[in-house]
Amino acid sequence: MKTLLTNARLIDPEHGTDELGAILIEDGVIAAVGDVSSDGAQVVDCGGKCVAPGIVDIGVKVCEPGERHKESFRTAGLAAAAGGVTTMVTRPDTLPAIDSPEVLEFVERRANEAAPVRVMPMAALTRGREGREMTEIGFLQDAGAAAFTDCDNVVTNPKVFARCMTYAKSLDALVIAHPQDPTLSKGAAVTSGKFATLKGLPMVSPMAERMGLERDIALVEMTGARYHADNLSTAKSLPVLARAKADGLDVTAGVSIHHLTLNELDVGDYRTFFKVKPPLRSEDDRVAMIEAVASGLIDVISSMHTPQDEESKRLPFEEAASGAVALETLLPAAMRLVHAGYIDLPTLWRALSLNPSKRLGLETGRLAVGAPADLVMFDPDAPFVMDRETLRSKSKNTPYDGQRMQGKVIATFVGGAIVFGDL
Amino acid sequence: MTFRQKHLLGIEQLRPEEITTLLDLADKYVDLNRRQQKHSDALAGLTQINMFFENSTRTQSSFEIAGKRLGADVMNMAMQASSIKKGETLIDTALSLNAMHPDILVVRHPHSGAVDLLAEKVNCAVLNAGDGRHEHPTQALLDALTIRRAKGRLHRLNIAICGDIAHSRVARSNIMLLGKMENRIRLVGPPTLMPSQIDQFGVEVYDDMRKGIEGCDVVMMLRLQKERMDGGFIPSEREYYHRYGLDAEKLSYAKDDAIVMHPGPMNRGVEIDGTIADDINRSVIQEQVEMGVAVRMAAMDLLARNRREQPNEGVYV
Repeated sequence: MKTLLTNARLIDPEHGTDELGAILIEDGVIAAVGDVSSDGAQVVDCGGKCVAPGIVDIGVKVCEPGERHKESFRTAGLAAAAGGVTTMVTRPDTLPAIDSPEVLEFVERRANEAAPVRVMPMAALTRGREGREMTEIGFLQDAGAAAFTDCDNVVTNPKVFARCMTYAKSLDALVIAHPQDPTLSKGAAVTSGKFATLKGLPMVSPMAERMGLERDIALVEMTGARYHADNLSTAKSLPVLARAKADGLDVTAGVSIHHLTLNELDVGDYRTFFKVKPPLRSEDDRVAMIEAVASGLIDVISSMHTPQDEESKRLPFEEAASGAVALETLLPAAMRLVHAGYIDLPTLWRALSLNPSKRLGLETGRLAVGAPADLVMFDPDAPFVMDRETLRSKSKNTPYDGQRMQGKVIATFVGGAIVFGDL
Repeated sequence: MTFRQKHLLGIEQLRPEEITTLLDLADKYVDLNRRQQKHSDALAGLTQINMFFENSTRTQSSFEIAGKRLGADVMNMAMQASSIKKGETLIDTALSLNAMHPDILVVRHPHSGAVDLLAEKVNCAVLNAGDGRHEHPTQALLDALTIRRAKGRLHRLNIAICGDIAHSRVARSNIMLLGKMENRIRLVGPPTLMPSQIDQFGVEVYDDMRKGIEGCDVVMMLRLQKERMDGGFIPSEREYYHRYGLDAEKLSYAKDDAIVMHPGPMNRGVEIDGTIADDINRSVIQEQVEMGVAVRMAAMDLLARNRREQPNEGVYV
């Protein structure tokens, strides 16, 4: 079975190119790129629309086990396929936490049965994500854990964290953390500043993130661990990250799409769909994060997909749960950065697909011969008004409801097979 | 008459002329309240429910008296003892209440924004009686009325708001109201009790009490909100009193005819010296309580009039 996509605008993050061409898919991999003959293949004329490597999304929350009413592997997988996400790297902050090989195997089985896209589960770094004892990192890695993280629970005890890092290092395992000083940010719902004061909400200084990052990086320097900061959001953190990279530490960092497209003022009159963790920041922070993505200082953009049902959100702001669904809106939201002129498509795809693939040691993220045919075909300009009821996720807590967006996925391929769209 | 609000959720939504309309009407209710026959029928036949999710004696009784004087059927719900303890959400509580067809809901809640949330879900006029650290509009209005009656105007005054600004919804509402009416506002207190970027609200910030109240027409003291403090904001109450407590010596820096205000309840010997609080030549603290009833009567009267004019308009569900 051969498929030839012709007349496609090929977005190649590896070579930084954006040009018309064709791409041949055979046996689930990319068989040829560029000027390809249609010999015996089913030909699809892309009509000049974009074809890019599928998005590799680090940090997706699927609420299995524990809260399947919020999101299941089936619904998350459908949302991912519709959003051009071909690999979901899932979070272990479920109920119970994914902290043993047995739970991990359950998750993998469910994911394989139910999700049309690739699922790579991460495992907890400490048991129950409690920050006390490390999990069976070796067994979990053998069972397929992509990385180790306690998600938004900070491992507060540096001794425990250092030991986890040292042990993970011996297995070449990736440690992912959410840098934050948990005592400074305790109870906070928004970022400190004029808006927080006006609305009378409990606030945290952006400095709490920098303090957390400084500590983590000191421990990385001490242990030599492979480290990824999953969700940086403030300008104050960037010099710390730049220094760690310049020092040659094995450090990368990500940013969520929300912190690139929204700011603290979007909360407006206590709109809880805009309550995320870390909280939305100032406009200066947002622009600084975009520039850091453009320069390559920030490596990865992720959706930080966090489904919450109505009951968790229809509460006073302080009491409402944090998080937003974003698998399906990641691509059009990220296109805002392109349409606003901050960044070009190959650079964007470096952060959405190539860098996360590299960080996890995957072959995806490239338009190279022999790479898996995980691809997304999309119209970068197609406009639409977001209606949350159309989302495939079980939870509809999107901050983009009612907003004008541009960029629509036409089709998504995983291993050469179409998982979304009709060609 | 200019007052186009459906609810009274905060000072933020009010325009200066609406504030003036409300205060003018409140002045009339002050006169009514001083008569022997204190009754009006402005709210006759209407049902007013007071929902206090946070303890309050003074504000709740003020709203209750205001409603009764205007002829409303007033009911107090002790929310702390009720279904909220059984796990019912705020919205479910609101919807159940809504089904009983109240006309006026008076709500106090410990979380900022909770009253706004509730107002979206019910089919009646909602008055915010204090939400978290956000707003306490009737307090700011009663303070404004007190100032206007004592000083003869509500503009171009030097007003110092002193003490625990960070935890105070009274301060936020007052800053907005007095700012809208074009007064010069100074905030005085230790920097640990100043909220972030408060200097961007068109105020001057002082951490020296004497400099802060120098030449002021109005000295407004705030209560030190010990119950909202989750860590050490001040070294001790005695050091706080020494540096920021209002006594005769510090007050001597203000204008000779400056008035002293306090929203109550007072911590005597912490933020204010008892003799100052009781000095009838300087302190208008008792007048504030009196104005409170009148302002609440005016607010409920205006909202009820708007409701009669446009019974089915708006976002009601």
